[in-house]
Amino acid sequence: MAEDKILLEVQNLKKYFPVKGVKGPGVQAVENVSLYIRRGETLGLVGESGCGKTTLGRTILRLHEPTSGRIIYDGKVIFDGGGLPEPVRDAEGNVCRDEAGQLKYQTEAGGGDSQYVPSKFYAEKMLPYRRKMQIIFQDPSASLDPRMTVGEIIGEAIDIHKLTSSRAERTERIKELLGRVGLNTEHANRYPHEFSGGQQQRVGIARALAVKPEFIVCDEPISALDVSIQSQVVNMLEDMQADLGLTYLFIAHDLSVVRHISNRIGVMYLGSLVELAESYELNRRPLHPYTQTLLSAVPVPDPEVSRSRQRLVLEGDIPSPMNPPSGCRFHTRCPYATEKCSQITPEFKEVEHDHWVACHLMDKQ
Amino acid sequence: MDLNKDVQNTGGEQVQPVPGQKLLEVQDLHVSFFTPAGEVKAVGGISYELNYGEVMGIVGESGSGKSVEAYSIIGLLQSPGKVVGGSITFEGQDVLAFSKSEMSSFRGSKVAMIFQNPMTCLNPVYTIGNQLMEALRAHDKSISKEEAAKRAMEMLELVGINNVQKRMKQYPHEFSGGMRQRVMIAMGLICHPKLLIADEPTTALDVTIQAQILELMKDLQKKTHMGIIFITHNLGVVAEICDKVSVMYAGKMVEQGKVDDIFYHPGHPYTLGLLRSMPRVDAEEHERLIPIEGTPVDMLNPPEGCPFAPRCESCMKICLQKMPPYVELGEGHRSACWLRVQEQLKNQKKEGEHNG
Repeated sequence: MAEDKILLEVQNLKKYFPVKGVKGPGVQAVENVSLYIRRGETLGLVGESGCGKTTLGRTILRLHEPTSGRIIYDGKVIFDGGGLPEPVRDAEGNVCRDEAGQLKYQTEAGGGDSQYVPSKFYAEKMLPYRRKMQIIFQDPSASLDPRMTVGEIIGEAIDIHKLTSSRAERTERIKELLGRVGLNTEHANRYPHEFSGGQQQRVGIARALAVKPEFIVCDEPISALDVSIQSQVVNMLEDMQADLGLTYLFIAHDLSVVRHISNRIGVMYLGSLVELAESYELNRRPLHPYTQTLLSAVPVPDPEVSRSRQRLVLEGDIPSPMNPPSGCRFHTRCPYATEKCSQITPEFKEVEHDHWVACHLMDKQ
Repeated sequence: MDLNKDVQNTGGEQVQPVPGQKLLEVQDLHVSFFTPAGEVKAVGGISYELNYGEVMGIVGESGSGKSVEAYSIIGLLQSPGKVVGGSITFEGQDVLAFSKSEMSSFRGSKVAMIFQNPMTCLNPVYTIGNQLMEALRAHDKSISKEEAAKRAMEMLELVGINNVQKRMKQYPHEFSGGMRQRVMIAMGLICHPKLLIADEPTTALDVTIQAQILELMKDLQKKTHMGIIFITHNLGVVAEICDKVSVMYAGKMVEQGKVDDIFYHPGHPYTLGLLRSMPRVDAEEHERLIPIEGTPVDMLNPPEGCPFAPRCESCMKICLQKMPPYVELGEGHRSACWLRVQEQLKNQKKEGEHNG
């Protein structure tokens, strides 16, 4: 189902939050993350709380302004912090890729065409992309305005992007959206507090869909819901993807659901991606020690399995992202850490086809 | 450190817990909330037994009454909530008949509770050491400050906190989420309770920290032989730690049994639905989830008959009219579903034909 065309590419993305009264870069929430998402696929993102997965999702949408790095969406550079080799562009300003999907870079510094503007995009320029890239938030009750009716919440997005020409068309569109997420058309006149958590999340999804996006960041869309409702929402997200050809970045800490919904999964630890692979491959053969412990920590809803399996329990807590460990950020908790790990940051590289790992252990093989 | 020895030293006249003996018995408990909009029957007649050294899981959705049920054991029900029927017996004593002072000495020393969010349960303006010692001295006035501090430090070490001297003097905000939950467990166990009620203790934590806390609780439970009631909505956690499980839906206990029975031979469509709606662990390729359709019950206007009937795929006429009785499906395994009643009747008829 996934086409091979790359929809979104992120290169060396960094997001630091400055902290008042503290010298240095502040909280290093996202550190050098590079990944790509193909059109029509779901990329899962897992990690402990505070590992920067939500920040990464929001930084990609530029809800947080990135500190540095580059974001390419559908061929266009929507953010460039500078410092990276310049890609070759065609006449329309699209970046060029070779057959394997790799970016072509200009060979000489400063050479090539002059279309490159090394400045940041402003919000106006971002607006057309806001329509294409949407987000579903974790807490449905906190992300819906309590003083607006559901119809107004959904309609607001339609108005901003001027997607409908008449009032009747707008009402029709709102009804259609409510129907799509499994709500009744009468619900348009109600306020968010009149809905249950699952229904509120459906409203949040309808709001994101209102502008006909191509790419949706799902930021823990089901963690606040009851177990019996979670699977309803997961199925709905899958149906929408199949019908509308959506691309998802699915952020969650529940590995079993992420594994279910994603084509590929990225594992984050303290701001960095440590492993990225096809989801069942990651499940079968996790290579990074952190992924291994994370997988073994997931409680299995099967008493026999959970009695018989050997569990790897990580010692200690996640270090502060304000002062992350040197070298490999995981070395303070890693059972296989060596001298090298504390000095040199491992490179994030493809050890097998579509299986990326950042770990020094991979070098020995 | 040997906690068994510790229990004997400080327990005095207390009975040494023996695994397998009955600790708690709840019979036909009814709890209602008298709200301006009407009476909400949060718990509608549940019964179970818990032995020493046993871990019982209570599973259910939010609003199914699982927390309310636990609060009534420990006497923390807030107005307008009230126990309107049934009995709770703890080591042969009637808990519901306790006076206020009896209740407050019972609470903490015999039964302790761990809550979901450790940050809201710890006082932000007192040090951890101060709060731990307060819990201890509230139940034992004779204990000296030095002795209490020593016990508090031992307890912190037991739950896996390093550098206790320094940690005792720190405030809750200086602890991470997992560490705070460890402190809560230490505080709960400091008076050596015989029953620990854990209300979603790991829901707010990350999986890796959850794994640590579960290991810790299993470990402590083995050492002290206390009974644990573990309230959760995560079936994975249930499989991990519980010996037996009660499944609650809309204030009713719809199924009860040993953990293996519940997972491998579920007798109620709701239990089956919960199990089916989760992604399978051993799935090698994409399988579509089978959700339970519909929404949870509105407790102000519960439906007639079986509360699950409106969402049940095998709903029959009788389900909408009458609440099914419990049917024994095996040792300690029972379920309230008309399907099982039907099966039982069929079996009896067959046997009758054989005999006749």
